[in-house]
Amino acid sequence: MKFSYYPGCTAHSTGWEFNASTEGVFAALGYDLDEIPDWNCCGGASAHNLDHFVGLGLPARNLAIAQDAGRDLIVPCAGCYNNVKKAQVVLERGGGDADRLARVLAFEWRGAVDVLSLVDWLERPGVLDAVRERVKRPLTGLKVVAYYGCQLVRPPRVTGRPSWENPTTLEAACEAVGATALDWSFKTDCCGADLAFGHGDRAEVLCSRLAGSARRAGADAIVVSCGLCHANLEMRQGGLGVPVVYITELLGEALQVPGRDKWWEKHIIDPSGLFR
Amino acid sequence: MNAFARQIQERSGQNLSRCYQCKKCSGGCPTARWFEWPNHSVVRMIQRGLKDELLGSRAIWMCITCETCGARCPNGIYLSPIMDALRALAVEEGRPAAEPAVLAFHKAFVASAKRFGRVHEATMLAAFMLKSRLFLQSGFLGEAAGGLKLLARGKIPFRPSSVKGKAQIDRIFAESDLKL
Amino acid sequence: MNRIGVFLCWCGSNIAGTVDVHRVIEEVRKLPEVAHAENYMYMCSDPGQDLVKAAIRDKNLTNLVVASCSPRMHENTFRKAAASVGLNPYLVEIANVREQCSWVHQQQKDVATRKAYNIIKATIEKVKRNAALEAIRVPVTKRALVVGAGIAGITAALDLADAGFETVVVEREAEIGGKLRRISRTFPYHEPADAILAPRAEALRDHPNVTLYTSSEVTAVGGYVGNFDVEVATDPGDGGPPETRTEKVGAIVVSTGYDLYPVENLGEYGGGRLPDVIDGLAFEGLLADSFRNGEPVRRPSDGRPVRDVVFIQCSGSRDPENHKPYCSRICCLYTNKQARLLRDRNPGCRAWVSFMDVRTDCKNTEEYCQQNIEERGIVYVRGRVSRVWQEGDRLRLWTADTLTGEKIELDADLVVLATAVVPAAGYAEVSSLLRAGVDANGFFQESHIKLRPVESSTRGVYLAGAGQYPKDITDTVAQAQATASKIQSLFANEELAQDPLVCRVDPDLCSACGICVPICPYGAREVDALAGFSRVNEALCEGCGACVAACPNKACQLKNDSMVQVVGEIEVFAAEEGEEDYTCAC
Repeated sequence: MKFSYYPGCTAHSTGWEFNASTEGVFAALGYDLDEIPDWNCCGGASAHNLDHFVGLGLPARNLAIAQDAGRDLIVPCAGCYNNVKKAQVVLERGGGDADRLARVLAFEWRGAVDVLSLVDWLERPGVLDAVRERVKRPLTGLKVVAYYGCQLVRPPRVTGRPSWENPTTLEAACEAVGATALDWSFKTDCCGADLAFGHGDRAEVLCSRLAGSARRAGADAIVVSCGLCHANLEMRQGGLGVPVVYITELLGEALQVPGRDKWWEKHIIDPSGLFR
Repeated sequence: MNAFARQIQERSGQNLSRCYQCKKCSGGCPTARWFEWPNHSVVRMIQRGLKDELLGSRAIWMCITCETCGARCPNGIYLSPIMDALRALAVEEGRPAAEPAVLAFHKAFVASAKRFGRVHEATMLAAFMLKSRLFLQSGFLGEAAGGLKLLARGKIPFRPSSVKGKAQIDRIFAESDLKL
Repeated sequence: MNRIGVFLCWCGSNIAGTVDVHRVIEEVRKLPEVAHAENYMYMCSDPGQDLVKAAIRDKNLTNLVVASCSPRMHENTFRKAAASVGLNPYLVEIANVREQCSWVHQQQKDVATRKAYNIIKATIEKVKRNAALEAIRVPVTKRALVVGAGIAGITAALDLADAGFETVVVEREAEIGGKLRRISRTFPYHEPADAILAPRAEALRDHPNVTLYTSSEVTAVGGYVGNFDVEVATDPGDGGPPETRTEKVGAIVVSTGYDLYPVENLGEYGGGRLPDVIDGLAFEGLLADSFRNGEPVRRPSDGRPVRDVVFIQCSGSRDPENHKPYCSRICCLYTNKQARLLRDRNPGCRAWVSFMDVRTDCKNTEEYCQQNIEERGIVYVRGRVSRVWQEGDRLRLWTADTLTGEKIELDADLVVLATAVVPAAGYAEVSSLLRAGVDANGFFQESHIKLRPVESSTRGVYLAGAGQYPKDITDTVAQAQATASKIQSLFANEELAQDPLVCRVDPDLCSACGICVPICPYGAREVDALAGFSRVNEALCEGCGACVAACPNKACQLKNDSMVQVVGEIEVFAAEEGEEDYTCAC
């Protein structure tokens, strides 16, 4: 089965290991990821703050490209996912903004492709079964908490999630590879996002609370599915030393995807000890 | 309804009249502690037409669009699009930002996206540091140390790359009046 | 040859201020078959009605058109007036020249005058083909059936049984008493709920006029007002098939009650996930344990006596976006009572109430609430709690005080959610079996919110209790007694008169195709295979016309609303070409 793939700007920089592990896990499960050609920045957490149309136009261009590619689009980074999904909702609803997008980008939205986060993808029928079947090294004894943050689940009008306060998909994925997913109350609290730039101290207030509660819940690591959440949680957790791993890294370890050492090297808090 | 409230309502697509001031938004906001007035007050202030206060506030730059308030609002009012509308209006009118570093970051980020089609973190962060004059502040070493850590792990490439469909990116920006 | 009388009412200035009533009457007098036409300031007044009666007598009128307000207002008035002087009431028609004319054309007097004339002319076209009809008469079975034996059903059943009518009570639980069984003490006098319920339940069980079926459900309903056949299935309790029986009754009470909105739906409060986040009825259970054992109130997770309890009102209520839009009415008062009883049971404990407004709409409850706040130290904080989470063995909350603007972080060892009151599970099945409509939230719909509050949309089916809308015990009992009285009025008749404006079938035109059967919302149509045509059960037919529209052979016609009559009315308007669009405020 094939998907289109939108790696996002951090794929080749701060989110290098997220991209590498995503590609590795998809390949190990027999899914093809086709990077859509000539994709552009989704606008990040910035464009919508400054201009409504730019905030929609940037992600919409990627949708136009994905539509031509003709396959559902996997967007692993939570922030990118939210921007692209919002543009999809605007296009599907129709009206002034949709018309303007169609005119400026000279394309017609036919609604033929869907936008999927990794959480959405994990919920597709058969995906977790495929994971279970291919586990080479179960992560038995590893205790984790799953962290969704904001952009994967909210706003529900955009993500279409029935349970945005207590999603459980990442936990199910962790359990599928033998790890123990602990219950905690902070899975959808905010990490501070771009607050880190310019107000690192304030981001630290939020992230240290998250990391502290994860530790108190008894977790060995926090599992995330967003580059910005990852960077914030690693760098702003106030020296607690709680490793933060991407869900794809966790799956990749259990599936024994090659090249994992390179992933661990990119971390500020080395997670490789979790898997020894 | 006053002209300012009407303008914000139109731009954000949110019906402010539905607010009954229960304060569930402020109760759950992760960053309200850095606002001058909490979320529900922002809604009230728009209803009252307090434009200058809001467009010059820290609150609009301390909202990080986490949508916690909107998702829990019993009346379905999303504050993020409202804050987006306030921020965009403040930028449009050239108002000085009460949180200059935050605005500087957003401008540096979007400028990078505009220039290359994709964001190039090294040049973007450098532009941000210069613009925000963060390097003059005491915390800069800590900030820079974070950046250096990432550089050391080979996470920030030095060379920017550009998308081919730049003409389309330019058209998107040409459609707006955004000045960076 | 008809001798038609036309009576145009001014309705003070409501009609006459816009419509030139004198010109209209002048023109109407010129129409064929009009034997009499006049106008008057208030035709519905006694002198007005006397004018109508005198004209019928003196001019031997055969059909009447009264041009006035909506037929909903005074159709009955003028039909009775006509009948009192010997004219068949179904030969009287109302021409609505107020709601459908003068009120909506106030700025266009000429248009209104012409339109009023046309409405009257069209009504004349109709009335001259009206038939003299007789009311349909059906017998009344003077037995009642009550669905649901909470305090509402018990009360209605006892009142009916005491009045001498046999009453069948169907309860799906093994025990009667409903939600009252789970309540510890009631507001505002702290009377134990059992003291209210037990004697009433016992009276019901022992009453010679009551047949009680517990562990039972209604599975089929046939018939109509005065003559229902209700199938009741009883679970024998031994795993065997249900025993079914059919009860013949004349009236049915729907007292199916309420459930609480599931705490699981309130994810931000950890509902269903955190053991010490519970709903109001669960807290009643903790209070009941405390009273029974003479011990303090203990929390579910570890049985520790509670010291800090936060009550969150409007949990799922007044939340149109994510949950229920309405106010659940009873939570303000029971929460206040629970906080008060908690302070009595666990001296020194802290009781916080998170609220948006405190609504005390029952007798003596404002004083009760105030007193508890003033004298019992319950802390009320205005603001919705945003979230609840677990830290160690304590719960923590984020909320805010809208009155000071502060954001507040609280900790507690128990959180009680005053969750929304919703219709009891199974309401949809009951609604469809009894053809009793429900509103957008699933509450049974009363026939008129002010004037017919205990009648459902189906004649002979009545409402009582929280299945109609959330209400406290006081209001529930009052409504149940009103329902019982209403049924007693019904049972005071030996037979029921019913409007004869129903469908009739021309057996020569009917091909027995059966299209009319599923289209009838009242179950009034049935194909008689032997006779070879489709019959109308006149007692069930409401004259809605669905079958008339659906019938491919035009074999169905509404009495006094036949095809010829309707086309005749339309032709009057069609003859008026080039008119502006008419609007209507009916």
